[in-house]
Amino acid sequence: MRRLGRFWWDFVVGDDWRAAVGVAVAIGATAGLAAAGVNSWWLLPLAVAAVLWLSLARASR
Amino acid sequence: MTVGFLIASAFLASAVEFVEALTIVLAAGLTRGWRSSLAGLGAATVALAAIVAALGPALTLVPIDALRLVVGALLLAFGLQWLRKAILRASGYKALHDEGEIFAREQAEARAAAGELRAGLDWYGFTLSFKGVLLEGLEVAFIVITFGSAQGSIGLAALGAGIALVLVAAVGVYVRGPLTRVPENTLKFAVGVMLTTFGIFWSAEGAGAHWPGDEASLPAVLAFVVLLSAAAVASLRRRRLAFA
Repeated sequence: MRRLGRFWWDFVVGDDWRAAVGVAVAIGATAGLAAAGVNSWWLLPLAVAAVLWLSLARASR
Repeated sequence: MTVGFLIASAFLASAVEFVEALTIVLAAGLTRGWRSSLAGLGAATVALAAIVAALGPALTLVPIDALRLVVGALLLAFGLQWLRKAILRASGYKALHDEGEIFAREQAEARAAAGELRAGLDWYGFTLSFKGVLLEGLEVAFIVITFGSAQGSIGLAALGAGIALVLVAAVGVYVRGPLTRVPENTLKFAVGVMLTTFGIFWSAEGAGAHWPGDEASLPAVLAFVVLLSAAAVASLRRRRLAFA
């Protein structure tokens, strides 16, 4: 069971858990804005760009 | 357009995983015997078929927006991992994936392992092949089920994966060696870009946002991810050279 959990963690989250958290926060913010009546389709592409750059900056240090 | 994207994405992602699975099956077959290796391959294929058959129809019962939100989030987290690794490889910060080297290592480990017969099979060869195919195949199953269910067509995603399976198996039988000439790193880059594109698109839709032009905006999202990745590779290469 533990090995299965480990497999799924590596599979979905991988080396950089901060990137997964960043994605989750950005999706939550998109949902929050959409619920408030703001069509926030632009938020996720910008958030992905920021998350990717930060993750790459950490990995290439 | 989306149908083409869907089949191409499932094909590319599956081809990468099948190339990796083929390397393991070949290493097990050549060192421990084909009977055990092919039995492992067969058992893993049956297990994977059972997983897809059980999960596929169950997912079609979930409301499409909730499904796209969950699937989009998973694909985005998963796709960003692939993209990140592909960018680090392309810019020289991470070693390139080398099937020839992996094949040699797997063969050396398989030769060194002790022999144990169970049910008339060489157990090491069987489990090596079974685990390799199951783990790589689970990634294919995940992609086929998530792509297919979020787009409302598991059949089309399975078609893309099926074409990849036939192609990789045919080339594998023909060359009887690891597929070292497949541009695996380039394929992984393309897969990372596509997974991230679909992840952005579906998770935003599932979260309640509406894309301008609906599915017609997918190519624009794809172009954005390609440009972002190319800029990241160029920037990291410059940085590496500056510090070299």
